[in-house]
Amino acid sequence: MLRQVIFSFVVFCLPVAGFAAGEVTEFRLDNGMDVVVIEDHRSPAVVHMVWYRVGAADEQPGQSGIAHFLEHLMFKGTDDLADGEFSDIVEANGGSDNAFTSWDYTGYFQRVASDRLGLMMEMEADRMRDLIITEDQVRTERSVILEERAQRLDSSPGGLFSEQMRAALFLNHPYNTSIIGWRHEMESLSLEDALAFYELYYAPNNAVLIVAGDVEPNDVRALAEQHYGPLAPSEGISLRERPAEPPHTTNRRIIFEDERVANPYVSRLLLAPVREPGDQAEAAAVTLLANILGGSDFTAVLSRQLQVEEGRSLFAGVYYNGTSYDPDTFTLVNVPVPGVTLEEAEADLDRVISEFLETGIDPEQFARVQFQLSAQQIYAQDDVQGLARDYGAALTSGLSVADVQAWPDILASTTIEDVMNVARRILAETPSVTGYLTRPAEESQEVIQ
Amino acid sequence: MIMSRVAALLTAAVFALPAWAIDIEEVTSPGGIQAWLVQDDSIPFVAVEIWFRGGTSVDPEGKRGAVNLMVGLLEEGSGDLDAHGFATATEELAASFGFSAYRDSVVISAQMLTENRDAAVDLLRAAIIAPRFDADALERVRAQVLAGIEGDAQDPDEIAGATFNAMAFGGHPYATAGEGTTESVSALTQDDMFAAHQASFALDRVSVAAAGDITADELGALVDHLLADLPVVGATLPGPAPYLLEGGTTVVEFPTPQSIALFGHQGIERDDPDFFAAFVLNQILGGSGFRSRLMQAVRVDRGLTYGIYSYLALSDYAPMMMGQFSSSNDLVAEAVDLTRAQWADVAENGVTDAELAAAIRYMTGAYPLRFDGNDTIANIMAAMQSDQMPASYIEERNSYIEAVTQDDIRRVATRLLQPDRLNFVVVGQPQGLMTGN
Repeated sequence: MLRQVIFSFVVFCLPVAGFAAGEVTEFRLDNGMDVVVIEDHRSPAVVHMVWYRVGAADEQPGQSGIAHFLEHLMFKGTDDLADGEFSDIVEANGGSDNAFTSWDYTGYFQRVASDRLGLMMEMEADRMRDLIITEDQVRTERSVILEERAQRLDSSPGGLFSEQMRAALFLNHPYNTSIIGWRHEMESLSLEDALAFYELYYAPNNAVLIVAGDVEPNDVRALAEQHYGPLAPSEGISLRERPAEPPHTTNRRIIFEDERVANPYVSRLLLAPVREPGDQAEAAAVTLLANILGGSDFTAVLSRQLQVEEGRSLFAGVYYNGTSYDPDTFTLVNVPVPGVTLEEAEADLDRVISEFLETGIDPEQFARVQFQLSAQQIYAQDDVQGLARDYGAALTSGLSVADVQAWPDILASTTIEDVMNVARRILAETPSVTGYLTRPAEESQEVIQ
Repeated sequence: MIMSRVAALLTAAVFALPAWAIDIEEVTSPGGIQAWLVQDDSIPFVAVEIWFRGGTSVDPEGKRGAVNLMVGLLEEGSGDLDAHGFATATEELAASFGFSAYRDSVVISAQMLTENRDAAVDLLRAAIIAPRFDADALERVRAQVLAGIEGDAQDPDEIAGATFNAMAFGGHPYATAGEGTTESVSALTQDDMFAAHQASFALDRVSVAAAGDITADELGALVDHLLADLPVVGATLPGPAPYLLEGGTTVVEFPTPQSIALFGHQGIERDDPDFFAAFVLNQILGGSGFRSRLMQAVRVDRGLTYGIYSYLALSDYAPMMMGQFSSSNDLVAEAVDLTRAQWADVAENGVTDAELAAAIRYMTGAYPLRFDGNDTIANIMAAMQSDQMPASYIEERNSYIEAVTQDDIRRVATRLLQPDRLNFVVVGQPQGLMTGN
């Protein structure tokens, strides 16, 4: 009874995002630097981010990890600042700063009181062109990134398994290599490698400035012109064309054994479309498909059937992130309850998917998922740093501000038929890599062939 | 060029913080329940945070894991809805409810759209007041908890924490994991769930905070509707934990290329007169950012770790000063030595004037930046009430930090930092480290 009443309410009252917080302004400096300002006047803070349109997928063969290594070295000195002084000054102003590297982008950010924005720009502009690093710093910091790799990947069976799965899925595209790099290549990354990468890619015409918080767009423009405006663009930046994937023609399998595995699972990886500039409809359908199959512990197709109704899985879900420069992964995971083998868990996954392709989508579930996605626009305004990251990731993945702003409407106008069309293509026709993460044979019940 | 401007800004920093205030309204509901409110209607939703003191530490003897499992079942069916019905109704409202059990508290976090708030509150009320603990949901969540316990047994971080706690806290609940053991969780019954529910949710231990699009009157009515039917008194809270650990090193063999080191000794209570001096001291020794002594010595200068931190752990019954890092098996012994050396150096020699000034600038400047969204503001306000801190603390807090002097730091460094009592639990295959005092 209650459900009926609420449901009709949902259908007729899709929430409309206001712009009390989150108003967006964009412009471009003469030297090619793109600027996005997101206003949020609720607290006197600002997030200042510079995103470079370069990441791990843009590295030269044999230099995996150089994008991330350079990110670390950017905290060393410049012609104006001593080693570590950048972070010291941020902290002395009550701010925090950090950086991140992905396959498609490298980003640097500080969070400070909004009246410190000019100082942050002054320092960030300084290290965009005037980085100075020494052999000693390279040696010590290389040890730090090797420790980071040990912490994130080598100490984690799940991390190592995912690395192998990606390496198997991508036959040709550099998305096949971990962002942090292969250990044997990281060990020989040099000062010259880092500087060559820096000099080519770190320039205003390859950067996106995002300022989010208690600021006025005109003030940001004046400060950006003052600090970033004088920087010379880089001449050597070409179109980002990575080696493309050939057609995937066959299913492949991985068996990864590690004695530290507590809960074995099966994972399936395949190549899926992503948001393209001016053409996000397909990625919207995949996003909805991911939510329908795996977006909720109780009501999504996989978890409802395998976790709740049959009790055969501890967790069954989907991972998909449609913001990427080139086509990227769609992942299905099934963690069976003890006593169910990985072969059976794989068969369960196949069975539920094939039933789904036959029966289609429950219209009530579809309406709920769409309503939740649109409500996310409201909740997202509470986290201006999160909004800034969304814009940064989109703009360095080839999308425009207009694409980001059109995305909610595209999600809302996607139909069940659109989703089923893409579901049939992805789930029934796309070859995939299926992997088992398990304990070594002598400890598991069955040897997996 | 840049340097002179920077220097000028540094001297101005302490005095030039932007005008800033958080306007907290202390609301008393018609039913007499206190709640703190920061009203802001710029985004049409409200974040509500409800904390119950007690947490997994109120588990009765032999029922370890009862509170944790009970909290995991709150969204698995209540009132006339089963697990699926509850999830469906929540999704139809695009509301979001979180239920978490910690060792000192159970925390409920809710985000609700203004346009359907009444219906969302009805659902949340059912989860808090009338959970069903259906047999099938109990078995499903029990299986998830047991899998988590098994996963923890293979996780070096969890092994380190469990080893430290077991050695440190004797027979106190802090000595064991709140998730319970395979044996204790396997034996829990539906009756145990109802008992844990009665023990955990009561009006004598609740703190409520809300931030966002709601008025004081609306919040008063909401709080009464959600909570007024709870029992007045809950389970007896545990007393202070003993601290039994001497200084030394404890190695736990585990097959991994990188060892985890967890270290610590007793800390300081929040109401201690020297608390703020200790807070600033910790920032200098191992606080956030890149400039701490430990980060400089172990990461920046030597490259032995990706990150090293120390922190004041303000648990209700055993205040601790703890720290943690990971280093490859062949480097961890050197990192442990460097950590002990920094601990001893600061205990003996204190910190420089420049370090003290920089820490105070950072801590006072960073504090206002925390209050940056409805979710975080509600969370901070509920935590403050749970710790019996007054609303005025937010305005006064920076003055306590600024008042810390070199004399305070020297006094608290001598008292708090005890290099000889520092115990390292190292999980991995560390070279050159053995268990011993």
